[in-house]
Amino acid sequence: MIHFKNVSKIYPPHMVALENVNLIIKSKEFVSLVGSSGAGKSTLLRMLIGEEAPSMGEIIVGDVSINSLNHKEMPYMRRKIGTVFQDYKLLPTKTAYENIAFAMEVAGKDDEEIREDVPQVLSLVGLEDKANQFPYQLSGGERQRVAIGRALVHRPDILVADEPTGNLDPINTWEVVNLLLKLNELGATVILATHDNSIVNNLERRVILMEKGKVVKDDLKGKYLI
Amino acid sequence: MKEKIITTLNRVTKSGLNSFWRNKWVSTATISVMVITLGLITSLFLLSVVVGSILTDLEQKVDISVYFKLSTTENEILKVKSELEKISDVKSVEYISRQQALAKFETEHENNPLIIKSLEELGDNPLEASLNIKAKLIDNYESIASFLESTRFSSMVDTVNYRQNQKVIEKLSSILGTVRNSGLIATLALGFIAVLVTFNTIRLKIYSMREEIGVMRLVGASNWYIRGPFIIEGILHGLAASLVTTIIFYPILVFVSPKISAFLSGIDIAGYFRNNFFQIFFLQTLVGVFLGVISSLIAMRRYLKI
Ligand SMILES: Nc1ncnc2c1ncn2[C@@H]1O[C@H](COP(=O)(O)OP(=O)(O)OP(=O)(O)O)[C@@H](O)[C@H]1O
Ligand SMILES: [Mg+2]
Repeated sequence: MIHFKNVSKIYPPHMVALENVNLIIKSKEFVSLVGSSGAGKSTLLRMLIGEEAPSMGEIIVGDVSINSLNHKEMPYMRRKIGTVFQDYKLLPTKTAYENIAFAMEVAGKDDEEIREDVPQVLSLVGLEDKANQFPYQLSGGERQRVAIGRALVHRPDILVADEPTGNLDPINTWEVVNLLLKLNELGATVILATHDNSIVNNLERRVILMEKGKVVKDDLKGKYLI
Repeated sequence: MKEKIITTLNRVTKSGLNSFWRNKWVSTATISVMVITLGLITSLFLLSVVVGSILTDLEQKVDISVYFKLSTTENEILKVKSELEKISDVKSVEYISRQQALAKFETEHENNPLIIKSLEELGDNPLEASLNIKAKLIDNYESIASFLESTRFSSMVDTVNYRQNQKVIEKLSSILGTVRNSGLIATLALGFIAVLVTFNTIRLKIYSMREEIGVMRLVGASNWYIRGPFIIEGILHGLAASLVTTIIFYPILVFVSPKISAFLSGIDIAGYFRNNFFQIFFLQTLVGVFLGVISSLIAMRRYLKI
């Protein structure tokens, strides 16, 4: 369970990005987070993995309060969450293969497991022939797929995907969405932030609509109409 | 658990080696700056060895002699000698008997028949016995001279030649002190600047990697897992820099050393370098590795705070 308790975020000096957000996301839920650009979606997700600290309020994942974790404890928390960053955040000096393997390495997975799982994930995101390319040698959509691969390779309990289909064509988009659904079926909590109303409307899952840093709508079988 | 640590060490080492090769240019630049730093530090060190040996040489040339009245017996002089030897400031005392003084005088003037002749005419040995004293430090001569000039010995001692040489000895002592101190200060200052330049080069490199470091944190890497490859790289940089410095340095030394020896006999820098090769190489490597590793660790501290 993920619980945002009265969370506000003010970026210095006075940019109010989130205002008193209260949310409960049950485990194994599939949630779409929608809202116009600048509504605060990424900010909300960044606080979930401790990249930003809330200015007020508290975020609880399972039974731990994220903002009370110290430097040593934070990595363990992050290894349970797979994140697809809106700006990918790939390691530029590592190949596609190494980027994906990195998430397993830091979690202390053994070499054998890595040698088995990484190629599998690479083919899952359709990049088996780009394994040894560096990020600068990949197209935007390919980079995005590496990022997706890295987020799910260590089978996280929670998958946070910030605009994971922003650079993909419709076919790839649906492959990625189906991948997320599959992971959800396998037991992961999925939080998907997106602008794409066609995805959201077809999913028929819970939709949280944000506007100017506030949650304005929360439907269990939602649509996203603009 | 043990296997986990070995796996982690393996990965960290591999990643460090990888980034050492993949960032050839950055590695080359870092190593070059380190080579300059290590070269400078080693040169300063060798220079201080040269200057030190010149100074010691000069110091060893300084001594004082006490001349004893002709009426003093050998036993009395030897008593003074053993008393002197008990003083901790005294390094050595040499007794020169009247016969030895005469023999020395004769050999020094054997080409001067006039002097030899007048000595023969005199029939008796006119020379006084003396003690030749070397102190451990140049500043100790004053106290040794005062000791010998005390009233206890006034019945035996004719002259102490310290007073004649006092001005020269004091001047030399102050020059030696100044050279030693300013040399030390210059060495420390230059060494410090060189270290700062190296640190700054590494800091720039880490700065250019700050986002990567942040990303590693965000995908769940622990701080030591992130630091590991940088430590390996720092070790490699230090080792490489030390090797290159030696490879550049030795031929230059072999070339320059005879020229210095021509000026200052008894100083053989190349020989010194060869004799102390392993100590110098070890210290150089230590400084290089230490610089590489510590600079990285300090520079990356703030980027690990995510
Ligand atoms: N580091 C920051 N410093 C200051 N302001 C920021 C920072 N990051 C985001 N903001 C501001 O906070 C607001 C919310 O940003 P956020 O990235 O959460 O929006 P978003 O909903 O993800 O938008 P998009 O759909 O375009 O990704 C924006 O107005 C943005 O300008
Ligand atoms: Mg965003």
